[in-house]
Amino acid sequence: MSKKPTTKKEVQTTGHQWDGIEELNTPLPRWWLWTFYICIIWGVAYSIAMPAWPIFASGATPGILGSSTRADVQAEIDKFAAMNKAVEEKLVATDLTEIAKDPELVDYTRNAGGAVFRTWCAQCHGAGAGGNAGFPSLIDSDWLHGGTIEQIYTDIQHGIRDPNDPDTNPSAQMPAHLDDELLEPEQIADVVQYVLQISGQEADAEKASAGAEVFADNCTACHGEDAKGMHETGAPNLTDAIWLYGGDAATITKTVEHGRAGVMPSWSYGSSEGTARLSEVQIRAVASYVHSLGGGE
Amino acid sequence: MSSTEPTDDAPLYAAREPVFPKRISGKFRSLKWILMALMLGIYYVLPLIRYNRGPALPDQAVLLDLANRRFFFFGLEIWPHEFYFVAGLLIMAGLGLFLFTSALGRVWCGYACPQTVWTDLYILVERWVEGDRNNRIRLHRQPWNAEKIRKRLTKWGLWLLIGLATGGAWVFYFTDAPTLVHDLFTGEASPVAYTTIAVATATTFAFGGFAREQMCIYACPWPRIQAAMMDEDTITIAYREWRGEPRGKLHKGQVAEGQGDCIDCMACFNVCPMGIDIRNGQQLECITCGLCIDACNEIMDKIGKPRGLVGYMALKDEANERAGNKVTNIWKHVLRPRTLLYFTLWGGIGVALVVALVMRSPLDFNVTPNRDPLYVLQPDGTIRNIYTMRIRNKHGETVEYRISATTEDAAETQALKLTLEGQEGDTVTVPADQLYNQRLYLDAGPGSKLAGTNRTDIRIWVEQVGEGEPVQDSANTVFNGKGK
Repeated sequence: MSKKPTTKKEVQTTGHQWDGIEELNTPLPRWWLWTFYICIIWGVAYSIAMPAWPIFASGATPGILGSSTRADVQAEIDKFAAMNKAVEEKLVATDLTEIAKDPELVDYTRNAGGAVFRTWCAQCHGAGAGGNAGFPSLIDSDWLHGGTIEQIYTDIQHGIRDPNDPDTNPSAQMPAHLDDELLEPEQIADVVQYVLQISGQEADAEKASAGAEVFADNCTACHGEDAKGMHETGAPNLTDAIWLYGGDAATITKTVEHGRAGVMPSWSYGSSEGTARLSEVQIRAVASYVHSLGGGE
Repeated sequence: MSSTEPTDDAPLYAAREPVFPKRISGKFRSLKWILMALMLGIYYVLPLIRYNRGPALPDQAVLLDLANRRFFFFGLEIWPHEFYFVAGLLIMAGLGLFLFTSALGRVWCGYACPQTVWTDLYILVERWVEGDRNNRIRLHRQPWNAEKIRKRLTKWGLWLLIGLATGGAWVFYFTDAPTLVHDLFTGEASPVAYTTIAVATATTFAFGGFAREQMCIYACPWPRIQAAMMDEDTITIAYREWRGEPRGKLHKGQVAEGQGDCIDCMACFNVCPMGIDIRNGQQLECITCGLCIDACNEIMDKIGKPRGLVGYMALKDEANERAGNKVTNIWKHVLRPRTLLYFTLWGGIGVALVVALVMRSPLDFNVTPNRDPLYVLQPDGTIRNIYTMRIRNKHGETVEYRISATTEDAAETQALKLTLEGQEGDTVTVPADQLYNQRLYLDAGPGSKLAGTNRTDIRIWVEQVGEGEPVQDSANTVFNGKGK
């Protein structure tokens, strides 16, 4: 070495001084500057390679690498669809009553059927399938049209009273007894008292006995001699604790006077071929899911 | 450090001044070699150690199983919800650093930091390929001829291999090591593994080979924080300038009148991996690795002067030493309220973690009542409540659990009917080491108090079936009825 190394560094100050403490003006390391330049180069290269700059009305510059997060998501969806293909084929090929015996299918329908339910059914029947006024609970053991897996499957497939589907469950409609002048107001008052009585609620005994006759003449065709309803007509059991629209005198009166005809849409129906709202796999999955919720027969 | 007023030609940026640490031997260098071997050994060997946990679980002693969200450490298995153990260990690590820094200064930086350890290893390779300090300086200055190219390529190649081994060992902590070794060489390992190895290799190569002291000076936040933990009692490295100054060359056969012990041989500067001169006093670059002490002691032995011209000392002792008085015992510096407080906190958390670990139940149980709907009305007036139970079986084997429900009122408990969704009986079988979800129905008959009350507190029990120590757990929940 030609020169003796000096270990005392000459460091400049900014000239600022507080109580004898000077502010050093130490230069930054040069590699630091290089990382800054590299970041700029990276930024430019990235905006050329990847989608970056927004373009009015047409999204963004696509980038020369052709990266697309939407395509990535689609690829993921396709990947899982391919993975599920085997179990979906099995689900379609399996007899409805056998689904609950196959753990793989139970696992699949629990997840896939649950997803279908939360997407398409929860709006009316509730996220927990507990139902709402006019929309039956699917987790109790009371079924208007039957709670077997086949019946649930058919009703989801074609709906209830859906005018668009020729195969829909036609079900009887509750007539509007007052509006259509089928019964006198006094007769309606009597039959309401009778219904209250047979469902174990407080009722006027005198009116109820008069109502029993009105009931026998007008209601048994659909609700049955014993008023316990019929799956064929979709008429509810009037002797139990469950009411689709409400079991108090005012609501029953309204039901008798103006009639009821709830509609459930058909899920296999489409205005043209291949436009069904749910696929066969989805309908089977959600039927199995609903059947498993504690009410299935 | 002398300072001058700014001038117009003051550089905004400065190139790194290369550092060529000279080989040295001595007490602190030996300690550093031992620690380096120990720490690198732990790092590379730990993932290869096997530990039998039965057929259902991995047999790697230390494994961060990200896919299954488990952390295995020999006999311990940490689940994600027990992450507080990891948080506790991190707090202990933090407090441990506080403790060591307040007692011994930047001892972590000088001896244990991975940046220091790997840089030390890289310098060892560099010295082996290119020779000691003077040879390296000569090589650095000479033009790119065959010799320089050969030596540089050899050095970089070896550095790259070390980097690869470092990155390779890193991924072993996350997957079964023997399988991964096979997969890595056959090209079957996941892209994540290769990317991680590539990144770890590149950073090891760049930080250990080229950035070195720049990481400590410019990138690491820890040295700046450490300043807050040090005080006048902290043992740190200092040059005893009252003994050394005025420095001057020592010529053979002459008696240097009026000179201090420092013979300005630059040994301390030449060995410094940070490229500083300890004789300039405390500097922010100093990582207190102790190599300058070894270098100076060697010289002092040669010229027949007492050791310790450069040595560990506390700032508090400076005045006493200058005056030639007795200095405080080192333990009095180390054991002071501040370090005792750090140690108490550190030990307290450690004890708490061990207690929590020992008291950990092999079973985790919780129950969520279904809130939509709050209850299900059955045709006969029975009120049904639906619950979702989660049973976490942390046993190493399949266990059968019996489920039951109780209320404060024994008669009401009798009236409660329990059904497990989709199965017969009141027991569930949970496979080893799994989280098990099960829906549960509780029915209260028409006219019962539970059915007629808005909300009743109940308790759901889970109990292990079969012999052995009965493990049970329970969870509080509510039963929603029709009442107001």
